[in-house]
Amino acid sequence: MIECTNISKTYVTGAMETPVLKNVTFTINDGEFVAIMGPSGSGKSTLMHILGALDTPTNGEYKLDGRVVSQLSDDELAELRQSKIGFVFQSFNLLSRTSVLRNVALPLVYAEIPEEERLARAAKALKAAGMDESRFHHMTNQISGGQMQRVAIARALVNDPSLLLADEPTGNLDTKTGDIVLGTFQKLHTLGHTIVLITHEPYVAEHANRIITIKDGVIISDIKNTHVRAITTSHDL
Amino acid sequence: MKTEDLIAECYNALTANKVRTGLTMLGIVIGIGSVIAMVSVGNAAKSSIESSIQSIGSNLIIVSPGSAKGIGALVSSGRGSSQTLTREDGKAIDAQISLPHTTEMENSTRGQLVAKGTNTNTRIIGTTASYATVRSVEVSLGTFITDDQDKGTSKVVVLGPTTRDDLFGADADPIGQTVRINGNTYRVIGVTKPKGGSGFLNQDDVVYAPLSTVQHYLVGSSFVTTIAIQAASPSDMATIQSEVTAILLDRHHISDATQADFTVQNQTDIVATASTITNTFTTLLAAIASISLLVGGIGIMNMMLTTVTERTREIGLRKAIGAKRKDISAQFLIEAVLLTFAGGFLGILLGWLIAQAISSFAGIAATITPSSIALAFGVSAAIGVVFGYYPARRASRLNPIEALRFE
Repeated sequence: MIECTNISKTYVTGAMETPVLKNVTFTINDGEFVAIMGPSGSGKSTLMHILGALDTPTNGEYKLDGRVVSQLSDDELAELRQSKIGFVFQSFNLLSRTSVLRNVALPLVYAEIPEEERLARAAKALKAAGMDESRFHHMTNQISGGQMQRVAIARALVNDPSLLLADEPTGNLDTKTGDIVLGTFQKLHTLGHTIVLITHEPYVAEHANRIITIKDGVIISDIKNTHVRAITTSHDL
Repeated sequence: MKTEDLIAECYNALTANKVRTGLTMLGIVIGIGSVIAMVSVGNAAKSSIESSIQSIGSNLIIVSPGSAKGIGALVSSGRGSSQTLTREDGKAIDAQISLPHTTEMENSTRGQLVAKGTNTNTRIIGTTASYATVRSVEVSLGTFITDDQDKGTSKVVVLGPTTRDDLFGADADPIGQTVRINGNTYRVIGVTKPKGGSGFLNQDDVVYAPLSTVQHYLVGSSFVTTIAIQAASPSDMATIQSEVTAILLDRHHISDATQADFTVQNQTDIVATASTITNTFTTLLAAIASISLLVGGIGIMNMMLTTVTERTREIGLRKAIGAKRKDISAQFLIEAVLLTFAGGFLGILLGWLIAQAISSFAGIAATITPSSIALAFGVSAAIGVVFGYYPARRASRLNPIEALRFE
């Protein structure tokens, strides 16, 4: 459960103060699939960084699963990210020339989980993300963009996070591949994962069950999406 | 993060980009290798020069007439320089020195030697029997000059191996044959063993004859050009040197030592003079080596800095998925250590191979000293670790968002 109360973030450059988020308040329940939508410069990326414990707010309180995240130190944030949050980035950010399986198991290395269990859980996460077992030992530079994003999703899932955060996950993919990735998120949603998807495209946002629209650092709408766009393509990647 | 996982991560990171790892190591290998090779060759040259000096004889005190002429004075001093030393001076020195010693006297000249149909121009050393002991001359055939032959002004010669080769052919046995010098016939009584290792001139192209014979038939004077005294041990040399000086000053009736008409040189002084030459040589090599070390070091530094900069995004990702600061800095530190140590090991190997190659091609014994290994390895490892760790530490403190956005 995510609780944001009066979250503000102001960047200070010299004497100039740039408010990016202004008193943002919302709650996301476990198991929700939420899209945070807004044009570039709206503050959605900053909000994602705060939700992902990559950054702390200037003011306000952010609670993840009842724990106050706002005032944690650098290393405490790292530990929180390791145990509770899974990231999917626009540019995948996989380790190159490293096998798919090792990439997925990487977060578990920092969680000090024994290697055997790491690889077993990585294989499970890869299957959940729809990755074919024959490609587990491929190097990440030998697979396609869509497959890379599946590997990234599997990596985000591997530590069984409370929150799956995706930042423009389809931004670097063509429409068809993007659809398949969105379908993967929908499938994970049905399995009970909490997903927050950041995007500037209404088309992408329409795949989620709830859409929060943000503009100039303020939430301008928070609606339940009654017409969830279903993925019809079933092509494998 | 567990230690075994940390090492596995480092190993994977290093093997994932073999070209980058290889290039980084190459800098270290060349830096260390060249320093080790340079220093070992420098030391070999130095010890080769020193052993050349030792081959003249050991623990020698050399008295020559007139003023000193550096190292040259001991091998061919004499003709043209002042004639102030006599056989009596030598005998007096031999009789009056208090410590154990051996004395020999020489008067050397050059002359034309004629055998059956062949001839050569060489150095003729007129000397006493003790020459063989003092100058470490050994005879391979026949005998060396005896005191009786000196007393009797016998016309006998002992040939150096090169002179023997020139006159009678290589490896011939000339004992009992005759050679002519200045119209007189001399009987060959011996051939010396090659001395080898001569740095200054060929010590094998020589003829030995009794001192009195050379004085009487070839030089026509009773002077000697060199008196050499061999001390029993190096610690006696200073005492003998001052005794010799006192004896000669007294015999020549000179009260002011600065006006002496002779020079007493201690072999240690000669070695010291030669050492200044070899030290200059070593300094030169060390300078070249330090430049290679510096260049190698800058190479290592560049590779480490670019590697870490190149991997900023990776650092951002690792932080995003839960790596703590110490996990990041530990990984880069261990990578730097693994790189410099592997590179250092190969560098030592390369240096050793170069030293071996130079030894076999140039014929000098290039040996690797632990100090050169320590120096080269220490400097490279320090550079590698500092410049591998410092940017990693900086990167580990980066905000993961900024690190992930890094292009």
